[in-house]
Amino acid sequence: MTERIVVGFDASAAARRAVDHALASAKGAGAQIVLAHVLEWSPYSFLTKEEVEERHARRTEELERANAAIMAPLVAELAAAGITVETEIRYGHVADTLIAIANEHKAGSIVAGRTGGAGLAARLFGSVAGTLAQVSPVPVTIVP
Amino acid sequence: MTRVYTFLAALIAAIAAPAIGMAQGIDAKVNEIFANSTGWFVNFIFAPIPGTDFAWIVAWLVIGATVFSLYFGFIQFRVWRHSLHLVAGKYSDPKDAGEVSHFQALATALSGTVGLGNIAGVAVAVSIGGAGATFWMILAGLLGMASKFTECTLGVKYRNEYADGTVSGGPMYYITKGFAERGLPGGKILAVLFAIFCVLGALGGGNMFQANQAHSQIAGVVGDYPGWITGLVFASVVFAVIVGGIKSIAKVTEKVVPFMGVLYVGVALIILLMNIDQIGWAFGQIFNGAFTGNGIVGGMVGALIQGFRRAAFSNEAGVGSAAIAHSAVRTKEPITEGFVSLLEPFIDTVVICTMTALVIIITGQLMTDPQTGLYIIGENGRVVTASGASGVGLTSAAFGSTLSWFPYILVIAVVLFAFSTMISWSYYGLKAWTYMFGEGKKQELTFKVIFCVFVVIGAAASLDPVIDFSDAAIFAMAVVNIFALYLLMPIVKRELESYLKRLQSGEIKRFK
Repeated sequence: MTERIVVGFDASAAARRAVDHALASAKGAGAQIVLAHVLEWSPYSFLTKEEVEERHARRTEELERANAAIMAPLVAELAAAGITVETEIRYGHVADTLIAIANEHKAGSIVAGRTGGAGLAARLFGSVAGTLAQVSPVPVTIVP
Repeated sequence: MTRVYTFLAALIAAIAAPAIGMAQGIDAKVNEIFANSTGWFVNFIFAPIPGTDFAWIVAWLVIGATVFSLYFGFIQFRVWRHSLHLVAGKYSDPKDAGEVSHFQALATALSGTVGLGNIAGVAVAVSIGGAGATFWMILAGLLGMASKFTECTLGVKYRNEYADGTVSGGPMYYITKGFAERGLPGGKILAVLFAIFCVLGALGGGNMFQANQAHSQIAGVVGDYPGWITGLVFASVVFAVIVGGIKSIAKVTEKVVPFMGVLYVGVALIILLMNIDQIGWAFGQIFNGAFTGNGIVGGMVGALIQGFRRAAFSNEAGVGSAAIAHSAVRTKEPITEGFVSLLEPFIDTVVICTMTALVIIITGQLMTDPQTGLYIIGENGRVVTASGASGVGLTSAAFGSTLSWFPYILVIAVVLFAFSTMISWSYYGLKAWTYMFGEGKKQELTFKVIFCVFVVIGAAASLDPVIDFSDAAIFAMAVVNIFALYLLMPIVKRELESYLKRLQSGEIKRFK
């Protein structure tokens, strides 16, 4: 079975560097890439009546936009580089969802960028990279 | 820009008006016209069953809730564990993440019902019906869980889904579609009747009662001033939100209200813990009063009527409004929305209302004759209270007697609760209005303007005619809704049996 690498991608510059890093290792190892985009979402937030009513339409819109604007161009680029790419667009807590995706795809590693936040907010609430490093069941590469 | 001017005008009026002598006259006039023009409707809804002094509408609600409880084999006690699992997301497919969760549906519906009914309504109940009213209120809450289960399941099952992904639902829709499906006549007429009462309920309990009690609470803290001034200020803000589409105000409110609710319950708990030695005595008062009345006007029946009235007003079970709120939620199984919704009367009435009642009883607000142990009844037929206050003022005095600063917090809570309930009911009323007159900008604007006018009337009129009309309108919704639920409950039973079977066989998967 070919090895799979999960890459978290959110269209940021750091995420782009993570993709480049994953691309290089995938080429070297002949691995496949699972491109994952997670929309931050908590099922326990409070919504107004109108937000409840419009939620389904919003979600459909958000998924389409994420696919068209963020994922599609990158998939085309990676495919052109000769890499087999799968995509996952999901809602949830970013680090938890990336780990869930890695488990489902039986991936050998996760690659993610980091925003470089080391301030109070990051200490209090934790960062995606930090959480991944702490709880991931597979090796994690954090790309600066 | 006009919005800003209206608001400024209202603000200037608020500052300048106490000086105007005729200001009080406006309130009296509004009150007189309102009481005269709604009296017949109120009298009809609260007419006693011939030969008794028992209002037929209360019997109607009790019988309805009892029938649903029996018909579904006391569903409220059988599935609550599964309901909690649903709310916790244990049965949510991770692939559906990003849709409205069961927790969010419950929280949104609760923020529409938890409000003044829990603070002011309970105070009204115990000041008329004594501590014993609390017992009947709790019983009504427990039975009401079955009514809510029935209506919310139907609300989701028969909603209208539009091409743009939005949905409209509620009794209007399940009455028309459900009746057609069962081959019953008169669905359309009944649905329109419900819609009319829903508009009245939105203007009454969902609007005037809220404005009225918010004003009374503000006046209690800053000193008395004419109600129409509060009304104008409130109306301007409501207008800005529902007509001006300033969603940020509604958003902020929806997000602050849950915390206010938690704060209220938290403070009530602290007061109860401070008086933990008296809780046994308070429950004694509640049980004793429930069957004897302890000297209140109307005795046991009087206590029962007040308990059931205020419970229905607070948790809205059987009224049909929750069915409108829940129908917007996406789920493959309509019945799961019913399971989740049956938690609402429990949280709203059995937990929060009971806490308010306990605080009022324990802090000794209801005056009793030391010799006989019976309540002292004032000239208006109500129990004399320590502070002389009724409605929200009584709750405020009860909390204030232990924590002197709490009335100030309560003002903020009451204003926010009142505001969020108004916004919720403007949504219910609007759904009923557009069901009757069609979707469209002009129709919507007409309703919204009427809604704002009633804010002013509600704040200006005195409590009694307002509370009578508010109850009457909301109960009129329940008359139509419960009648329809009787005819449609076999559909819910089919859904229930199929779901429980699949749950047992493991076809309904648990994800966590």
